[in-house]
Amino acid sequence: MSDQIIDTPPKLTKKDFSSDQMVRWCPGCGDYAILSAIQNALPQIPEKKEDFVFISGIGCAARFPYYMNTYGFHTIHGRAPAVATGVKLSNPKLNVWEITGDGDALAIGGNHFIHAIRRNVDINILLFNNEIYGLTKGQYSPTSRIGLITKSTPMGGIERPFSAGELALAAGGTFFARTIDTNPKLMTQIFVDSSQHRGTALIEILQNCVIFNDKAHGAVTNKENKDDFQLHLTHGEPMLFGTDRQKGLRLSGFKLEVITIGENGITEDDVLVHDAHEKDSTLHNMLIRMSPPYFPMALGIIRTVEDRTYDELVELQYQQSLEQASFSTVDELLQSGNTWEVK
Amino acid sequence: MSKTTTPVELEKVVIRFAGDSGDGMQLTGSQFTFTSAMLGNDLATFPDFPAEIRAPQGTVEGVSGFQVQIGKVDIYTPGDRADVLVAMNPAALKSNLNWVREGGNIILDIDYFEDRNLKKAGYETNPIDDGSLDDYKIIEAPITSLTKTALAGIELDNKSIIRCKNMFALGMMYWLFDRTSDETIKFLEAKFRKKPVLIEANKKALNAGYNYARTIRAIASNYVIPPASIEAGTYRHISGNQATAWGLLAAAEKVGRKLFYGSYPITPASDILHELTRYKNLGVITLQAEDEIAAVCSSIGASYAGQLGVTASAGPGIALKGEAIGLAVMAEIPLIVIDVQRGGPSTGLPTKTEQADLNLALYGRNSDSPCIVIAPSTPANCFDYIYEAVRLTVEHMTPVMFLSDGYLANGSQPWKFPKTAELADITAPVFKENGQEFQPYLRDPEKQSRYWVTPGMPGLEHRIGGLEKEEVTGNVSYDPQNHQKMIDIRQEKVDLVANFIPGQDIIGDESGELLVIGWGSTYGSILSAVKELRKEGHKIGMAHINYINPLPKNMSSIFANYNNLLVCELNAGQMAGYLRTKFPEFKYHQLNKVQGLPFTITEIKERINSII
Repeated sequence: MSDQIIDTPPKLTKKDFSSDQMVRWCPGCGDYAILSAIQNALPQIPEKKEDFVFISGIGCAARFPYYMNTYGFHTIHGRAPAVATGVKLSNPKLNVWEITGDGDALAIGGNHFIHAIRRNVDINILLFNNEIYGLTKGQYSPTSRIGLITKSTPMGGIERPFSAGELALAAGGTFFARTIDTNPKLMTQIFVDSSQHRGTALIEILQNCVIFNDKAHGAVTNKENKDDFQLHLTHGEPMLFGTDRQKGLRLSGFKLEVITIGENGITEDDVLVHDAHEKDSTLHNMLIRMSPPYFPMALGIIRTVEDRTYDELVELQYQQSLEQASFSTVDELLQSGNTWEVK
Repeated sequence: MSKTTTPVELEKVVIRFAGDSGDGMQLTGSQFTFTSAMLGNDLATFPDFPAEIRAPQGTVEGVSGFQVQIGKVDIYTPGDRADVLVAMNPAALKSNLNWVREGGNIILDIDYFEDRNLKKAGYETNPIDDGSLDDYKIIEAPITSLTKTALAGIELDNKSIIRCKNMFALGMMYWLFDRTSDETIKFLEAKFRKKPVLIEANKKALNAGYNYARTIRAIASNYVIPPASIEAGTYRHISGNQATAWGLLAAAEKVGRKLFYGSYPITPASDILHELTRYKNLGVITLQAEDEIAAVCSSIGASYAGQLGVTASAGPGIALKGEAIGLAVMAEIPLIVIDVQRGGPSTGLPTKTEQADLNLALYGRNSDSPCIVIAPSTPANCFDYIYEAVRLTVEHMTPVMFLSDGYLANGSQPWKFPKTAELADITAPVFKENGQEFQPYLRDPEKQSRYWVTPGMPGLEHRIGGLEKEEVTGNVSYDPQNHQKMIDIRQEKVDLVANFIPGQDIIGDESGELLVIGWGSTYGSILSAVKELRKEGHKIGMAHINYINPLPKNMSSIFANYNNLLVCELNAGQMAGYLRTKFPEFKYHQLNKVQGLPFTITEIKERINSII
């Protein structure tokens, strides 16, 4: 036994996941950082390189698969969740990543988005949210804020924006995380963690479009006040933020409120502790809804709960059908039931 | 009274059952059909039901019908007009009288021919008394009240008792046509296994109907239709949708891939989903998608991942799938798109048949986006042609549009089923290295198809998508010359399929006065018309097209052998238009009908006679 060679696969690196295609996003686009973060994350995920698949719809973000040296399929507008569902059900051992944007996922593909989450198919969805249409050159998106001036809203947008996280939770989402393109370390960690989640993992990435909606997430990303407007959530840890982590969140009636440790006798014990595993999504929704200026933006894994995945249940029914079947070939099926002989 | 009469032998007979959509007419018809099949008759069926599940009782809108033609001779259609109509109420009589031949027999449930139901059906006077049925032989049978009498003492509520009246009617038909009730009794015993009281009730009604018909001798004698002389072998009864489903199973097994069926419920395609989902043990994965687009896209995902992706719908759903089908054309992967056509446009006539999606199948995508198009022509050969569809989509790596229709889907016939070993091989184009470096758009030189390389295969990682591909490498390319070349290759790939399909068959005369050209479910009517006219001495041929795109290579040389070409189809002239673009050197006569109904044999004969 001792002289048997154990065939350990070579350790993969970021380079193994970079394709030979020139990356063609605008200079300064947040997508570069996301691409780099995923290329850093994949070697940390215990899967074979050939088992990673990237499926995208249409939009700037959707060019992503061309830049990954993995299997990739750039499909059509809004439909990536449906394609990804077919891929995962057809070969459950694949590690499937869907790349989408706010228009792709929440406008034209809204139906597929909610139904993939409802089914809890074991895929990862990276939602690049820049609150604008980039590839069609600057129209408002379903996440654009009211009042935003764009090419198609010269007098300011009048539609209320979707909250991707709340939409996902309403659809029964079992995993929701939020991150930002300016924080490569957080992105990489969340990508690794999300790949370990069994079920649909939605990761909303607050991404900057330098051309059509620059600094859309500025309130959250600005260096000078990012500590005050970013709440980094970790399961089991108190919800603290601020330069000296002196601020925290607590529940006041049915609402969240920001408190300061040391003021009015408030101690760290008064601060809520993050429970990402809580099945009841009420508090998760409240965290998702927070935004500056009155609240920080919640980042990190906001929700991760266990539930049966769709692909698992498909496999389970397959196994059950094998036990119950009275035939195992098409010939046997053809012969089954009412047949008669003509002589 | 009890004098025995000798049954009269008939070559063939057309029977139509009609009643309220809750009266169980489809079940009654299919039981009569199955019993006849077991007795060795050849047959063809045609269910005719409303789009409403339960329109108001007693109204014409709520009438559901089932027509079957049985014979000792070959039967190609369910028949133009019925020899016997069973009408369970005035509405059924009103909406079906046109379908009864003059002098035909009509069995009426007389219990319903009272003021209230006559009024609901829109009769001002009772047709039994006002002379409007003088051209028919009317049998007035108190079906409902006799069912109640027969079931007196059975522990069932009144409503359930009345529901057994369809078995009473069936019993009458079994006596009239000299069939045994054995198969139906077996069926009832299986169906109501868990409710023995319903077995007893239905059996009693069935026997009561049989005995009633024998006792009253309403028709001077009963009839026999001896077994047809059909080819020896093992048979089963099959509908078009079931044959489609089973053909897919057989093909998936042959190619060694799982069958993935993504579909959104729609009439008349849903039965394929219901059928396939029962065969998970054969590796079938069915996904009832959130919409038509998700249905086709999940199937594309399945094909991309190396399984056999299939989607189905009717016209409205196919229209929604168009963009995604274009993606499969661009990505050059297998995909089967089944269109069980129905009357349109828009929602149209959901439960009625039409062949008006030919243009949609041929051209219904943006840009130059050719697909293989195949159409079955009988319920049973849906099996053969969907199998062919799989063979072509897999071996040629391009989508196939499969044009079934409501008439085929719900129609049924006896089927001598094959052994799967006899079916053609299907070989997936797997990439073999043989020293060549892998490129996503390398091609088989004979077919121009690329290789089916799927996620999970080590060392062959690559990207594909809906943007134009550079030849060979598959990289995104906006180069003008490359686009020209790729458009040409995709067309050539479909054109080359002509080298891998059989030539067009001719039925009847190989040259002569006229060639009837048809496609799809009109096969039976055209064939019957052509046979009858040839018996009358005309030199007529028939070319029924199953391979529509590409057409068989011998098509135009066949056309040249006839003085006249007549294209018969249930649309405003789509096949005729297609043939004009393909072979503009010929003149095409047309017979078109868009009434949600199949051709009658008479209509086709009259049109042929007007030309020759």
